[in-house]
Amino acid sequence: MFTITARRATAACAVLLLGASTGCAKETPAAQSGDSTGPVAVKATDSECSLSRKDVKSGTNTFSVANGGSKVTEFYVYADGDRVMGEVENIGPGLKRDLIVELPTGKYQAVCKPGMVGDGIRGDLTVTGAAAAQVDEDTALKQAVDSYSRYVNSQAIALEQKTTDFVAAVKAGDVAKSKALFPVSRTYWERIEPVAESFGDLDPKIDARVNDVEPGTEWTGYHRIEQALWEKNTTAGMAKYADQLLTDVKTVVAKAKVVKLTPLQLANGAKELLDEVATGKVTGEEDRYSHTDLWDFQANVEGSQAAIQALRPALQKRDAALVTTLDTNFKAVFAALDKYRTADGFKPYTASEAEKKQLGTVVDALAEPVSKVAGVIAKK
Amino acid sequence: MTSESSKGISRRGLFGAAGAAVATGVAGYVVHSAVSGEESQAADNTGPVEFHGTHQAGIVTPAQDRLHFATFDVTATKREAVIALLKEWTAAAALMTAGRDIGQYGAVNGPGEAPPEDTGEAVGLPPARLTITIGFGPSFFVNAQGNDRFGIKAKRPAALVDLPHFIGDDLDPARSGGDIAVQACSDDPQVAVHAIRNLARIGFGTVAVRYSQLGFGRTSSTSRAQSTPRNLFGFKDGTANLKLEDTDKLEQQLWVQPEDGPDWMVGGSYLVSRRIRMTIEIWDRTSLGEQEQIIGRGKGTGAPLGKADEFDAVDFNAKASDGSLKVPANSHVRLAHPQFNKGAELLRRGYNFVDGSDGLGRLDAGLFFLAYQRDPRKQFVPIQQQLARADKLNEYIRHVGSGIFACPGGVTPGSYWGEKLFT
Repeated sequence: MFTITARRATAACAVLLLGASTGCAKETPAAQSGDSTGPVAVKATDSECSLSRKDVKSGTNTFSVANGGSKVTEFYVYADGDRVMGEVENIGPGLKRDLIVELPTGKYQAVCKPGMVGDGIRGDLTVTGAAAAQVDEDTALKQAVDSYSRYVNSQAIALEQKTTDFVAAVKAGDVAKSKALFPVSRTYWERIEPVAESFGDLDPKIDARVNDVEPGTEWTGYHRIEQALWEKNTTAGMAKYADQLLTDVKTVVAKAKVVKLTPLQLANGAKELLDEVATGKVTGEEDRYSHTDLWDFQANVEGSQAAIQALRPALQKRDAALVTTLDTNFKAVFAALDKYRTADGFKPYTASEAEKKQLGTVVDALAEPVSKVAGVIAKK
Repeated sequence: MTSESSKGISRRGLFGAAGAAVATGVAGYVVHSAVSGEESQAADNTGPVEFHGTHQAGIVTPAQDRLHFATFDVTATKREAVIALLKEWTAAAALMTAGRDIGQYGAVNGPGEAPPEDTGEAVGLPPARLTITIGFGPSFFVNAQGNDRFGIKAKRPAALVDLPHFIGDDLDPARSGGDIAVQACSDDPQVAVHAIRNLARIGFGTVAVRYSQLGFGRTSSTSRAQSTPRNLFGFKDGTANLKLEDTDKLEQQLWVQPEDGPDWMVGGSYLVSRRIRMTIEIWDRTSLGEQEQIIGRGKGTGAPLGKADEFDAVDFNAKASDGSLKVPANSHVRLAHPQFNKGAELLRRGYNFVDGSDGLGRLDAGLFFLAYQRDPRKQFVPIQQQLARADKLNEYIRHVGSGIFACPGGVTPGSYWGEKLFT
C-alpha cells in the first residue's frame, strides 16, 4: 500500500518511482556507516541526498542537513503520498540545519530538493519500533491540521527570507538579481496564499495587480515592482515599495505562524489555490510583465497538494477512490507543467491559446475532485 | 421596504385577481391606473407595449425574457445627419414595437428589384412586448479629443459622468462605451434581434455598431406581478429591486426630476451597463454553504440568511450561535443594500448571457447588468465602489464591459428620440 507516486520528472532524472529508483542510483540516498543512534547526517549536494542511515527508531528523530552543493536546498520527510512529516527549507550552500521530527513506525521517503524546485532526490527511510496506535478519525483530522500548520510555518519562514533577499536586491539596484529572485520569493507566497488572504487588507497591499487598485489608492507590492523591473528594466523609485513589501510580508508571516485552521479550511484552501490557478495563472494575468506565471502556477498546485496530503489519512478511510483520483490528477498537472520547465525554473509563460487550454483542462480535471474533499471531510 | 411587507407567493395571486388588491400588498402607495395596464401586459406575453409616453418604455415595463442590446458609434460628422437618423429610428421603433414591419412596403410587399425594407424575420411573430429604449453616452456629447461634435456639449448632464475605475475592473474597450445605446427587450428573442438588426441597417453611413449583446432569462423583476428569476449562479436575483408599483420611490430613485436638469432629461433616467463575466466553473465547485454566505441569501428560498421567506426583511444584526453575523459583512446582499448605501437603490434590468465558450473551453457566461437610476453619482458609482472593495462575490465575477448612457424622457407622437436635446 505504500506506493509512492512520482509527482513529476526532475531536471536531472526521469520520473522517479519508488520501485524504479535504482535507475537513478546516483540520486538515491545511500546508507552510510555511522552510529545507530543520534542525529542522522544528511549530505545534500546538487545531485546527491545521502543519509548516514536509513533505518531509524520511532519517536523523535533529528536530521542534520549539510548543504555541500551550489544551490539552496530543502529537506523533507514524506509519508505516503508526499504527506509532509517534517521539512527544513532554505538551506544555503555551505550551511547546515537540523530537522527535528516525530516519526511513528512506518515507511517514509527522505527527499532533498536542490534549487527548491521539482520532485527532489528521493530515497527510502524506514522507522521501526513499537507499532503506532491505530488512530481514530478525530485524531487523523487533528494530525492533518498539525501537519499542515507545520507546512504553513515552514513556508512562511521561507517567504520572509526570500522576500528579504528580493527586497535587498531591489534596493541595491541589481535588476538582474531582482528579476531572478522575484519568482522565487513569490513561490512561498503562492503556496500559502489562502492563509495569507485571510488576513484582510494585506493581500491587496502585497499582491494587487494594477487593475485591482482604486483611483486615489497607491498601488504597492510585488507587481508594482515587477512592472518596473520588466517594463522599464529598472529598480529606480522602487525602494519604498520594496520596504513596504517586506513590512507587509513580515506581518503576514507573523500571523501565518500562529494561525489556527480547521480541517474544512484545509480542504477549502486546497480548492481556492486551484481556483487561483484556473482564473489567474492559466490565463497569464498574474505576472503580466515578467511572464513568470508558471512559478506561481506550480506553487499554487503544490500548496493545494500539501493541504490535501495533510488530509490524506482521513480521506483514505472515508473515500479511497477519491484519493486515487486526486493522486492521478495532481500527477497530470505536474506532468503538464514539466513541458515548460528549464534547469532552474520555468520558461516565460507566453503560451498559445491551445497550450493554455491544455493546462486549463488538466487543472479543471483536478479542481473538480479537490472541490469534493470538503464534503467528504465534513461527513461524520 | 414595501417589498418586504408582503409574501411573494401570495402576491402573485393577489395581483392577478385584481389590480386594486395590490393596495393591500403595497400599503401606503397609490396604485396608478397605468399599473394595472402594465399588469395586463405582463400577463400577456404576446401583445404590444405602448411606445409613446411620459417615460420611455423598457424601463419599468415588466422585464421581458429576452434582450438584444447594442451600442453605436456615430460615424457621421454633421448634426443634421444625426437628427435625421434619430427621426428615422423613432419611426421604425414605433412600428416594430407595434408588431409591424418597417418602411412603406415592409418585408414582402415591395418591388421585386429592391431589397425589402424590413428584414422579415419577425413576419408572423406577435409584438411580444417589444420595447426599444435609447440612451446617449458621454462620447456623444464630446469626443475623445474634447470636440463638441454636434453642438450639444453644453447639454451634457453633470450626472452623465465618466465612470471611475472600480477595483478589479478588467474592461475590454471593444465591449465598452458607445455614443448611443439601444436596448431592445421582448419575450421573443427573434423579435428583439429583428429590432436591433433593422436599426443597425438604417444606421449604416451614420452610425456603426460598436458591440451588441444578447441576453436570455431576465435576472430581475421590475414588477410585483413577476416572480423573481434566477441568475446563472442559481440564485434568485432582484428580490429587492425597485419595481414599477413603487411609484413614489421611482420618482426619488429612478426618474430625473425638473430640479435635477437638464430639461431634456426630465422624465428620463441614467442607464449603466456592465458585462459581468461569471467564472461559472469555479463557482460550481464552491460549497452550498459558502455560496449562500457569499450572496447572503438561501439558494432554495431566496430568503435572507436567518429568515424563512424571500421577501422577509434582511436582519443585518442577527448572529449565529458562534457570534458571527448570519448575513456576513462581505456578503453581496449586505453591501448592495440601501441601508449601507445611504438609501441609494437601482432599478435593475439585467439578463443572463452565454456567448458560447471561451478559448479554455469555459462558458463565456455571466450577467449583462443593466441598471436605471436618477443620478449615477449617488447611486451606481458609490454602490459599485463599495461592492468592488469588499464583495466576496468578486472572486467569482469579473466586470469586462461597461457603459453609461443618458436615456431621455418618453417620446410623444410626432416627436423623435432626443428631440429636446437638439432644439
